[in-house]
Amino acid sequence: MSIISLQDIHKYYGDYHALRGINCEIGEGEFFSLLGPSGCGKTTLLRVIGGFEDVSSGAVILGGQNMAGVPANKRPTNMVFQSYAIFPHLSVAQNVGYGLRKARLSKAEQDAKVTEALEMVGLSGYGARAAHALSGGQRQRVALARALILKPKVLLLDEPLSALDKKMREQMQTELRRLQRQVGITFILVTHDQEEALIMSDRIAVMFEGEIAQVAAPQELYRRPVNRRVGEFIGVMNFLDARHIEGADGKVRFDIHGLGKAVIEPANLPQGARAYAPVVGLRPEALSLIYEGDAPPGKRMAEGDVADLSYYGDMTYYEVLLDGMTDPVTISMKNLASRPVLERGARTRVTWDEGSLVVFGA
Amino acid sequence: MTGGWLRIYAITYLVFLYLPVILLPMFAFNDGTVIAFPLQGFTTEWFVQLAGIEALHGALLNSVIIALTTASLSVVLGICAARASTRFTFPFKAPIMGAIMVPLVLPEIIVAVSLLVVVVQVLNLPLSAWTVIAGHTLICTPFAIAILSSAFQGLDQSLEEAAIDLGETRWEAFKNIILPLVAPGIVASFLICFTISLDEFIIAFFLTGAEPTLPVYIWGQLRFPTKIPAVMALGTLMLVASLIILSVAEFYRRRGVARVGGKDSGGFL
Amino acid sequence: MNSEARRGLLLISPTAVYVLLLLAAPLAAVVAFSFWTQDFLTIDRTLTLDNYREAFTDPIYRVLMIRSLIISGVVTVVTVVLAFPIAYFVSFYVPPERKALWIFLITIPFWTSYLLRVFLWKVILGFNGVLNSGLLGLGVIDEPITFILYNANAVVITLAHAFAPFTILPIYVALEKIDRSLIEASRDLGENRVTTFFRVTLPLAMPGVIAAVLIVFIPTIGDYVTPRLVGGPNGLMISNMIQTQFLKLNNAPMGATLAVLAMCAVTAISLIFVFFNRRYLR
Repeated sequence: MSIISLQDIHKYYGDYHALRGINCEIGEGEFFSLLGPSGCGKTTLLRVIGGFEDVSSGAVILGGQNMAGVPANKRPTNMVFQSYAIFPHLSVAQNVGYGLRKARLSKAEQDAKVTEALEMVGLSGYGARAAHALSGGQRQRVALARALILKPKVLLLDEPLSALDKKMREQMQTELRRLQRQVGITFILVTHDQEEALIMSDRIAVMFEGEIAQVAAPQELYRRPVNRRVGEFIGVMNFLDARHIEGADGKVRFDIHGLGKAVIEPANLPQGARAYAPVVGLRPEALSLIYEGDAPPGKRMAEGDVADLSYYGDMTYYEVLLDGMTDPVTISMKNLASRPVLERGARTRVTWDEGSLVVFGA
Repeated sequence: MTGGWLRIYAITYLVFLYLPVILLPMFAFNDGTVIAFPLQGFTTEWFVQLAGIEALHGALLNSVIIALTTASLSVVLGICAARASTRFTFPFKAPIMGAIMVPLVLPEIIVAVSLLVVVVQVLNLPLSAWTVIAGHTLICTPFAIAILSSAFQGLDQSLEEAAIDLGETRWEAFKNIILPLVAPGIVASFLICFTISLDEFIIAFFLTGAEPTLPVYIWGQLRFPTKIPAVMALGTLMLVASLIILSVAEFYRRRGVARVGGKDSGGFL
Repeated sequence: MNSEARRGLLLISPTAVYVLLLLAAPLAAVVAFSFWTQDFLTIDRTLTLDNYREAFTDPIYRVLMIRSLIISGVVTVVTVVLAFPIAYFVSFYVPPERKALWIFLITIPFWTSYLLRVFLWKVILGFNGVLNSGLLGLGVIDEPITFILYNANAVVITLAHAFAPFTILPIYVALEKIDRSLIEASRDLGENRVTTFFRVTLPLAMPGVIAAVLIVFIPTIGDYVTPRLVGGPNGLMISNMIQTQFLKLNNAPMGATLAVLAMCAVTAISLIFVFFNRRYLR
């Protein structure tokens, strides 16, 4: 049962076409992310849902009701702003309880709700503090408590973690996820950080230039991006030219430049890809170096030189120039004692996982 | 510390700036009717004399009423313009704002004669406190806008959106969030406008009616050497009053900066 | 037009209407008056250039206008040249926590009654004034110096004092905006203190200097208190004549003509000045 239904939404700023026909269903209790590079329209879409921007055409259906003409203050949504927008002249408790003024509750009931909300975000006892004396992470929590206290149908989060440092960001990612499960409210998160989206979301919509390119669960998105652009944006992907070979046995085979022949899983084949020379995509972890003592890879083997490498501690990313190719491929390897890190210029053999190949149209 | 010569120059310059200001209280307390050195002795007679001059009291009251009205009008007009220019984009914004700020650089005599022409020759109305207020509001509004703009500028626009998101209407969000946050700027601009109006002479001289303002009264007194010691005493009192008002304005401005958690960056002028 | 634009226009309208009614319309009236003539109390509304002809042919107007422009120009140069080192000192040599105090110190004298400040300069510069008695007492001079009161020099000194804060502040603000690492970069690239000042600091401070020049030059033309009190007969300026035409001779059209001419002259000079400095204002 979807709580939000976005129907053919267009948004123009003068001549600029910011949203170009957005169609999307977001489920109740879902953690949904809008992911894309800056300027792709993700924040505009979030503000359209929240009622801060009106649409040029199309409809936002929220809980079965068309939101056309409903201003932000009357919508069952609440927002955590990128800057947090903590009212600097009010205390923490006054900030958190700000939206309760219209709820016609007694003072005691209001206080109880504020205390409960502060507890939920781990800020018990902070109520009397001045808002402008808080740290970034604490402001974030106050903003969350202030929005969640009103029990909205949907919580909108506009890049809520971008102002935090790396450690604090990682901590808040797990905490936000926990909080979302606890309250069971639909969260819609805007982010440009693909890792953050993969970690936190039930489903992700990837946006480019005002359009949704793909909506999928994190694993599906990573494993089967619908086009090169999505594949490139989510993680790292190697793209290799390939030629389609019609097999006599009915199986789909490709001759992949630099790697050789491969049989492709039907699920990894997009519609119509057979018709012309396709491109195949392969994640760095789907390729591996062959060390002495590894099981022989059979036919799936190529050779090349290590052109460059980046050492990350747990992993090493190799740039390997396969024989007969002009651009290197990226290969990631776990660092184990039995697998010494190769040096630049080393000769190496490479194998790949056939099942992980993804075929793109061209 | 470096800048040795500059420092000496700076101090000399300050002496130049303060020379007339220091003389003012010296002659105000000087027991002699001639404004010249050497000083004669200490007296508070001139201050006592002030209490007995009824024309002065009338001029003072007139000036205060004009200054209060001017400051109120300027701040209201200033809030409209500062808010519109910092929050919205609209057609012809730059020329409109430019026109509103023009009195800041326009010679005051031009403002004075143009209003005089319209009031007396075109509309055929008598000059009164209102004509002075009209002129003063014209020159004070740009000052109010300058101060208020920086107050509005510092506000995060999402504060207002957050209030609306939490259930308030546009007007409630303005009243409950924006106004309290810019209140120090409002107080500061009110006090600055009040002080400018109180001291303004050129426009007042052209546009004042039967009731003179304080500077117009002082101008009249400067012709009579015997009246000058009392004028010095009056000037001293006005300086003290100005300094108190400005200190209050500065206090509010700083509190405003602290309130939104910003960093202080110098005075308001 | 979208709702944002409409809201903005609605909000600006009270202020805009006020300026339109009390500044634009009156200015238009002044321009109209300058083409009319007055005979005692009746205004003759036939359009004529008579006033302008008189303003250009009668030497008194020409002398006053040229003198006013020269005095304003000199005042501007003197004020800005005197003020720049102060702004530079406060911005570059005063520790950050004391800057606000210095700025406050500089602005205090400005809040003394304008009339009394001018009057006190008369007291300072007079025949047996503060300066002369001081210098006589110190034995620097044998008899009072007289070239500093009731002439253009006195006007320049007094106005340079009156406009000090208006020049220091914009220059100071411009200097404060300069990224200090730019100066270090210039030194790093081989320039010394002085050449760095002329190649980096001064060009970057020019917007402030230009603002200061306009803030002094334009209003100075309109001042009539200072020339009246300390200028003497040879220090009078065009504003004194405008005031006389309006309030004493009751010849509003002639006053209006002089006001329009003064405004045009100042605007033209300002525009030329800005034009020649336009490369600093990008």
